[in-house]
Amino acid sequence: MSAQANTTGKDAGQPIAFVSAQALRARMHDAVNDPHLRTSFRGAMDFLMAKRAAQFPDADELDSLRSLSESIRQYSLSKLPDLLEQLEANLTRNGVQVHWAETPEEANAIMLGIAQRHQAKLIVKGKSMVSEEIEFNHAMETAGVGALESDMGEYIVQLAGEKPSHIIMPAIHQTKQQIAKLFAEHIPGVDYTDNVDALIQIGRRVLREKFEVADIGLSGVNFAVAETGTLCLVENEGNGRMCTTVPKVHIAITGIEKVVEKLEHVAPLFSILTRSATGQAVSTYFNMISGPRRGEDKDGPEEVHLVLLDNGRSQAYADEQLRKTLQCIRCGACMNHCPVYTRIGGHAYGTTYPGPIGKIVSPHMMGLEQTHLLPTASSLCGACGEVCPVKIPIPELLIRLRGEANSEPHAKPAMRGQGAGHSTLVSFVWRMWARVHARPGSYRAFSWLATRFRAFTPTRQGGWTAARTPLQPAPRRLRDMVKDRR
Amino acid sequence: MSKAPEMAGAGHGTRSYPPRPEAVYFYGTCLVDMFVPEAGMDAITLLEREGVRVIFPDNQTCCGQPAYTSGFPDEARQVVESQLDLFPGDYPIVVPSGSCGGMIRWNWEKVVASDPALKARAAAIAERTFEFAEFLVHVLDFKRPDQGPAVTVALHTSCSARREMGTLLVGRELLARLDNVTLAIHDHESECCGFGGTFSLKHPDVSTAMVSDKVASLKATGACQMVTADCGCMLNITRRAAREDLDAGRTTPSLPGEHLATFLLQRTGGSETTRKEDAR
Repeated sequence: MSAQANTTGKDAGQPIAFVSAQALRARMHDAVNDPHLRTSFRGAMDFLMAKRAAQFPDADELDSLRSLSESIRQYSLSKLPDLLEQLEANLTRNGVQVHWAETPEEANAIMLGIAQRHQAKLIVKGKSMVSEEIEFNHAMETAGVGALESDMGEYIVQLAGEKPSHIIMPAIHQTKQQIAKLFAEHIPGVDYTDNVDALIQIGRRVLREKFEVADIGLSGVNFAVAETGTLCLVENEGNGRMCTTVPKVHIAITGIEKVVEKLEHVAPLFSILTRSATGQAVSTYFNMISGPRRGEDKDGPEEVHLVLLDNGRSQAYADEQLRKTLQCIRCGACMNHCPVYTRIGGHAYGTTYPGPIGKIVSPHMMGLEQTHLLPTASSLCGACGEVCPVKIPIPELLIRLRGEANSEPHAKPAMRGQGAGHSTLVSFVWRMWARVHARPGSYRAFSWLATRFRAFTPTRQGGWTAARTPLQPAPRRLRDMVKDRR
Repeated sequence: MSKAPEMAGAGHGTRSYPPRPEAVYFYGTCLVDMFVPEAGMDAITLLEREGVRVIFPDNQTCCGQPAYTSGFPDEARQVVESQLDLFPGDYPIVVPSGSCGGMIRWNWEKVVASDPALKARAAAIAERTFEFAEFLVHVLDFKRPDQGPAVTVALHTSCSARREMGTLLVGRELLARLDNVTLAIHDHESECCGFGGTFSLKHPDVSTAMVSDKVASLKATGACQMVTADCGCMLNITRRAAREDLDAGRTTPSLPGEHLATFLLQRTGGSETTRKEDAR
């Protein structure tokens, strides 16, 4: 992953951070000024919010399920090293080959190795955000191995040469007319139609053929159960089941945080996942994969692999507060409810994971050099934290990351790129602010001057006056009014 | 356009309330002190009219929220430490702004957590800190005859107030107790107005998009004014509306806004604090 490589160089940090921050601002600017994008995301997010709300009519039930889910995730993380070992032992016993990858490059190399050993020409993929995170398709194609998305949304995004704009609904930014045009352009023998059912049938026909000829099927994992060595996969289209059963080889890839100890831990998480994500009581498919085909089995892959990816997760794990980031079960509810995401869509973030969760997880994956502006792109309204099914305190983590980015670079940073957003001037301003406000006498003098000389208040007030009339202190302060009366 | 579901926002559960006290501390917040002192004064007048003595600690400055949320915890800690001595008595602390109230209630403890003694003091303060509207409903059970003409108003509840202080319901409750006031619920009522402190300065594009949507949905209700209990949101929304008026050449404000305290005082026979507002 080229972006990854850029930040490992010692000198590369600052200029990239600058360029990246500028680029993020430019993308956000373009996005909010795109009326089509604004309307379509607003409509889609309203729809998803309503679907979720309909699944949780009872606030107490929701709260207790959230608490239960939070405690399962926290318990699992508290035993993560042991659970990963247990998972590996039980998967191995079940005949699954387990691989460990610290970086995206390592993960891609492992999977390319498997592909080359089987002389694979085509890998057909179920939906996997981790594969997006490591830019799997790009890595395979560079090495001459085809990688085809089989989730309808991912397929559309791949045809368009884009990245997902939402972790659950990758093509949510595309209209049916745009999809119709894509299909007509890219699929031989297909004429333009914007009939949604017809489009789905076209996609289905193309993909069906590919399942038959693919050498390898790739999938993600929603929950990996340590005690049984089971990989659970939640999906709606059946393509996940096809990918994991039809080709001779199945490779699953997931982040190291996805493990739970017991099978009974899966049920509540599964329930709150589908209800939070798409507002479904259950998904259409729920796959439990526990190894390759055995002697008497009539179907299933002959070989199953699991790639466990770190990519910055152990950095988050090492810090008690930042560890909460890893509780995430990737439902996307935080983005559905985010007023910022609703206005800029997923692409503007420039990261694999957009929205509130993207702002707190991407800095661990990519380093703060490239991502330090992301945590500031939030009004801290708290909608994300309120709907998070595992109660990740997202606003609190955003504040923490702001601090990691702002602070002066020091010797023992909690994360890569600490201090990347440090500005001597900004730090000085805040130090002065603290001096004024931590000394009541100074504050009284400052506020007296500000009100007395209010006529000299600048009328250009940066971002504030970009769209608002300027602020001016009142003629008299509240404390003066209080004194007058007594 | 379909209405988004309302978000309840009772993120911190319910709390118990003390009996009606003889006195309260009034923590005015820096924003009210310097920019909207009338709102603070009206809140004080209202509390006193309910028979509660109001103590205004003169050494109050700021709750530290700007530094805290901007990721400057040391600077926030210095300011918070300077504020821990302000409330020597056992009286409740009333804050006329949801986000500042939320800062005291949930974050002062975190900010000074490295010192156990300070943490304990911050926790004790948090326990008796109440948002103004919350205090009126749950502690004073504020009920006064509505003396104003029939009006329709819209209510904006700040995100912090709703999520940290649970005040969506109390704001509505107070308006519901006024016979001649109709509350118009605006589209996406529970959505953020786009202020977010330094967010509005750092990300003007997105912040502007958010506040413009908020102004549009408030205006679409046809309400004659907006009422809110958070001065940050109020300045954000009304100054955006004022800018739209300016750009459109309108001379009367299309969306006036008032603090809930001012509105309640006017409606129930008090005379609100006035100043000559700037023409700009």
